Formats: sequence, C-alpha cells, structure tokens
Amino acid sequence: MSSPDVPTRAPARPGPYIVTGILLTIAIVVPLFVPAYSVAEPSLAGMPFFYWYQMAWIPITSALIGISYWLVSKEDRRRREAVRVVTSPEEER
Amino acid sequence: MSAVTVPLAVPDRPINVVALSIVIILFVLVAALGFVAARWRRGEGTGLHSLDEWGLGGRSFGTWVTWFLLGGDLYTAYTFVAVPAAMWATGAVSGFFAVPYTIVLYPIVFLLMSRLWSVSHRHGFVTPADFVGGRYGSRALTLAVAVTGIVATMPYIALQLVGIRAVLTVLGLGSAENVLLTDLPLIIAFVVLAAYTYTSGLRAPALIAVVKDLLIYLAVIVAVIYLPLKFGGWGPIFDSAEAKMGATNPATGKPVGVFIPGAASYSAYWTLALGSALALFMYPHSITGVLATKSRNTIRKNAAVLPLYSLMLGFLALLGYVAIYAGTQPIDLNGTVNPQLVVPQLFLDQFPSWFAGIALAAIAIGALVPAAIMSIAAANLFTRNIYRDLIRPDATPRQEAKVSKIASLVVKFGALIFVIGMDQSAAINMQLLGGIWILQTFPAIVAGLYTRWFHRWALFGGWLAGIIYGTIAAYNVVNPVTKANFGGAIAPIPGTDIQVYIAVVAFAINLIVAAGLSLLFRALKLTDGKDITRSSDYGADENDPKVAQLEREQPLAEPGAPTF
Repeated sequence: MSSPDVPTRAPARPGPYIVTGILLTIAIVVPLFVPAYSVAEPSLAGMPFFYWYQMAWIPITSALIGISYWLVSKEDRRRREAVRVVTSPEEER
Repeated sequence: MSAVTVPLAVPDRPINVVALSIVIILFVLVAALGFVAARWRRGEGTGLHSLDEWGLGGRSFGTWVTWFLLGGDLYTAYTFVAVPAAMWATGAVSGFFAVPYTIVLYPIVFLLMSRLWSVSHRHGFVTPADFVGGRYGSRALTLAVAVTGIVATMPYIALQLVGIRAVLTVLGLGSAENVLLTDLPLIIAFVVLAAYTYTSGLRAPALIAVVKDLLIYLAVIVAVIYLPLKFGGWGPIFDSAEAKMGATNPATGKPVGVFIPGAASYSAYWTLALGSALALFMYPHSITGVLATKSRNTIRKNAAVLPLYSLMLGFLALLGYVAIYAGTQPIDLNGTVNPQLVVPQLFLDQFPSWFAGIALAAIAIGALVPAAIMSIAAANLFTRNIYRDLIRPDATPRQEAKVSKIASLVVKFGALIFVIGMDQSAAINMQLLGGIWILQTFPAIVAGLYTRWFHRWALFGGWLAGIIYGTIAAYNVVNPVTKANFGGAIAPIPGTDIQVYIAVVAFAINLIVAAGLSLLFRALKLTDGKDITRSSDYGADENDPKVAQLEREQPLAEPGAPTF
C-alpha cells in the first residue's frame, strides 16, 4: 500500500479484552465438559440433570456474552474517540 | 377395484382440510410478503441492481431485523424436523448435542464475526471467498473456499425441501403410486420461492423471517406447556424415553439409543457440538446474514440475544421424547417408519386442526427463509469468485446482480432436482459431507482475520488434506443396519478407539498441514500473495469518518466495490 495506514482506533487497553476472553472461554469450555453433567440426578420437574443443566447454560451464555458486549463496545468507543481527537479538524467529515 | 393396486400396510392418510387450508393461507400471505419486500427499505436511485442491494439487502439491517433474519437462517426447517427426529429415534448423542452446539456457537461468533464485518465493509466484500482473495491474493485459495461453499450449500437447500415434504406428507398430500402428484405442491412452493428471491433478493427472506419466527415460537411455546400438562409432567415423558433408548435393537443387538451419554460417548458428544459450531459460520448463508448488518457491533449484540432460539430448539428437541410417550406413529407413504415425520405428526395428533395447521405452516415457511438465503449466498459466491474472478474481471455491479439472480435460480432448481430425482438419503449424506467440508475453509477465513502468518499455498494444502481425510473417513462409516456407506458423522481418531466427529479430526489435520507447510514455504522463501487489507480495516465501523475518507483519497482498485 502506498499511503500510510491511518488507524481507525487508538491502541487497546488490555483489561476489557482479557475479561471478555475469560468470560467467553467459560461460555465455550463449560458446556462442552460432558463428564460434569452426564448424570440423571438431581432432576428438575421430572427433567434429568443432563437435560435441564444444558438448557440452563443457554441464558447463562447469553448473559456472559451480554457483559462481554458491554465491556468491548465501551472500550471500542473510547478507542475511536481517542483517535478522533488526534486527527486534524479538516480531515473530519 | 383399485384396492388391488394399493400396496400393503400403507396408512390411509385423509387430507386434513382445516390444517391444509391454514397452511395454504399462510403460505400465500408469506409469498405476497416476499414480493412486497422488493420495495422495503429501498435505496434511492440504484434499485436492486447491485450485489450490495440484491444480495445483502443494502447492508442496512439493524439489530431487530438481523435477529429475525439470522434466527430464520440458522435454525432451519430441516433442523426443526431432524433434531426431534434424532431424539425420537436414537436419543441424546445424535439429537441433544444441538443444544451445546448452539450455545458455544455464540461466543465464537462474538469473537470472529465483527472483524470479518469490518474488513468486508471497508472493501465491499460480499462473500467469504472475496475476503480470502483480498487477504492472500491467491486465486486457487479463493476458488477452493468458493467451491467448498457452493458444494456444501446445495444439499443444505435440498434438505429444506425435505422439511417441506415432511409437512405435506402428514397433511395427506401425495400418494405412494403417483409420484408427480406427491411432488407437485413441492414444485409449486419452490417456483414461488424462486420468483420472489429473484425479484426481491435478501429483503424477501428478511421480511418473511419475522412471520416465520413468530409462528414457530408460538407453536413451540404452546406445545411445551400444553403437552407435558396433558401427559402428567415431564417425568413420565423422560421415563418412556429412557425405556425406549435402553431396549435392545434386534437388528444390531445394541441399545436403541443413548438416554444419558456414558463415558464412551463423551468425546463424540462434545466434538459434534464444537465442530458444528465452528462450521456453522463458515457456511456462506451465515456470512451473508452477517455482512447484511448495518454496523460492526450489530452481530455482537445479536450473539447475546440469538441464544433465545437455542432455548426454543432445546424444547423442540424434547418434543421428540414427548412423541415417544404419546406413541406417535411416523409412517411414511410407502409404509415404512420415517422419523422425520415425528414432529409434524405429533402436532396433528395432539392439537386441534387449526393449531396444527399453524405449527405445520411454521415449519414449511421455515424452509423458505434459509432456502432463499442459501441460494442467494451460493449465487453470490458464483458471481464474485467464479464469474468475476475467472470469466469477466470487468463486470459492472449491474451485471453482477444480473448473473447472481440467474445463478440463484439455477441453484434452487438444482436442489429441487436433487430431492425429486434422487433418494432422500443422498441429500442427507451430502449434507453430512458438506458439514465436514465447510469446516476445512475455517483456517483460510479465520486465521486471515488475525494473522498473515500462514502461507497461501500452505492453507491450500491444509484444505486439501482436510477434505481428503474427511471424505474417506465419512465414506468408511458403515450403517450397522443397512450396511450402506456414509452411515454417520462419528469415527475413531486414527490409531485410537476414541469416537469423535470426523470434521474435527479433518480440521486438526488441516491445521497441522497448514502450519507445517507454512514453515517449509517460508524457509524456501516462496512468494506471498498481495494483501490489499490493512490492519486498520479490521476495526473499521460504519460511521467511522476514516472509512469514507480513505476510500475517496485512495480508491481500492477492485472492480465492483461500492463507493462509500
């Protein structure tokens, strides 16, 4: 590329991304760890543990992703605003 | 008189007039909506004469529309029919893995898809192969990704027809003797689908998805509340399922199915879930849904709210067990047991005709949304990565839209011939292979989002190795009852007896080959392709002032790229 790469975002602060990484790893690894839940008891309303436990992870995952979204989009906004301050006014649309 | 010609044991399926009428009324309504969609959120001036407009709905879908569109796209009619059918027939390992599958799917989507959105938005990429081409500058790798996408999508479209056919069969349409009569409603439905996809593009399934998703939620919520109440709670339902799965299958001498996986099935269960989750967003129709969104974060927000569909799918899977308790008899036209009829039959047996009609219509309409998006996605791949890259490099956006519209018709009629002309199991086998194949495009697409470390020819080599292993391994799985090849998706890891999903092993081989060859090719100093993307592209957003700025200052030399 002949022209210099103009960044769209300022450098990231690692904090929010590390937390997000941990939350999403939990959401991937725990539901796949079958030995933890391939049992019948305790059952819930007649449903064996194996079935209701996995169903219960659906809202939990949803919440973990929701928190991740909040963290990452907040940091994303900060990075965009930070880079916007640096650019000269006539470059703005 | 005619009794002589009728084969034995064919159930007399009277046409259920009330249910059929409701299905027809809803179908006509939805078809009308499909044509009206051409005028919905229409861009000024250009009409639908570019792939961005026809094939991606103007790249303008917000959170709500995307939620319905992706929900309708990913949770297909075939899923609604096949998952409870698997639960009914063989239990948890082949059926309920759909729940962890559609759980771990969304963290993966959250991680990967907004980067793909950003770089595609910046460069006007319409297909995953466009991105691979821009990133690696390799014609062979682009073509490999495009052809894999098209080939994997075709049988998936065909299976949507299998979903419609299951509904039509239980409604009493069709007969064992008259093949044309059986397939006529299917052909009519598909011609209508092809016509509105042609005129409205991606806007049609987006609008129809809203109706379809609301109907399916209604049907499932009512069924999972009403049926357990009617049968005395979930307890007896699970008891009858446990009894069925534990019984011995006379044909194999083994248990009928798996109620709760034992230690021997753990790896099969989680690799099926993980492998399917990694593969789903490599399918062109999923990526089409992602690229049609308005901004970088739309897909991330949706990753948090789409799991509601997984909850619905989980309950729908349990309806397979409800059908065991209820003694549902899924008897096909030729008198054999066809598990795929189990959910439509359950609704017809247990509910008043009018409500069964709504539920069956939801399944049938549910086939139309993914079939439309899949045909659009496959057509876009053909247009961008075969027609434009290989035949007409100077094609205008208008020509691209035209070619894509025609290609979408060809793809759909190909799928129709597939289902009518060939055995249904051919489509299912191809879909099984398609899942294995599409996962082999993962390294090329996903690694490219983060790094250029892999060499383009190494990725090609990895892709080839994964496809070859996956195809041979799937062929070698023999069905214990019918002795046919392609008997399932599970095989031992070579050299061990650990049973896993074939696609995951093929994927591991793919990665190892790609990494090894990358080291080799770098040592040999083989030339890298030209990378037209820049690191800033991967974080670009819709209203990022830099995007428009850059495009004006330094237009990327890519034919067909939209002006920002």
